[in-house]
Amino acid sequence: MSLAKPAMRGLLGKRLRFHLPIAFALSLVAAAAFKYGVTGPRKQAYADFYKQYDTTKEFNNMRDAGVFESVRTTGE
Amino acid sequence: MLHLTTGRVGCLLSKQAVVALTGSGARMSSHGHHEVSDSVDMSQPMYWDRLDTPLPDRPWKDVLDSTDKSLKQKEKGPWTALSKEEKIALYRLKFNHTYPEMKRPSHEWKTVIGGMFIFFGITGLVVFWQGHYVYPPQPHTFGEEWQAKQIQRMLDMRINPIEGFSAQWDYKNKQWK
Repeated sequence: MSLAKPAMRGLLGKRLRFHLPIAFALSLVAAAAFKYGVTGPRKQAYADFYKQYDTTKEFNNMRDAGVFESVRTTGE
Repeated sequence: MLHLTTGRVGCLLSKQAVVALTGSGARMSSHGHHEVSDSVDMSQPMYWDRLDTPLPDRPWKDVLDSTDKSLKQKEKGPWTALSKEEKIALYRLKFNHTYPEMKRPSHEWKTVIGGMFIFFGITGLVVFWQGHYVYPPQPHTFGEEWQAKQIQRMLDMRINPIEGFSAQWDYKNKQWK
């Protein structure tokens, strides 16, 4: 029974040559997914919110609800 | 009942000795030694069945009878002259378990899982008892009314109005989105 001699050298190099491109590609995919899935929508949500944000109106609403300590509610 | 004759005591002792030999050290039972001991003499070459260290310091059977000795003599010649049974017999002289025998699965996992669940149960009982007898009364801030007032105040303060808490509240219709 004559078996082939197993590979004795270059094992790490072989593993790296296989796994490093995959790791690199997967990291790029992860970064792209985060950019387009998380940070993109988040920036958009903030932009949309502040597009129609009426500062004075919100302030008066909060004031009437009584959450401020330095501003009295209207009508006091 | 404790008055055993010396003969009976001797019989008991030898039985226990045999049990100790076969039970505690399977690796010792093929070794020719005369004293009854549970501890291994570490100054002598040892036998072991280990997956990670395949070749022990000594063969399994040290004490060879005449058939074994003649087989060992035949081993010194060309191995093509050995039959299959003889090769297997030589293997069994040298080793106790084969690799598949060493790797055989056991029922230990049932004991482990069972023990785990027993301790989970005991812990559960302890926790329940603790909740009943040890804990002080809950703070008043945990009550339904207080929680409702708290949520209302958070909405009034516009907590996280863009992506978080207040973003889920419809201020026009006074309800959750």
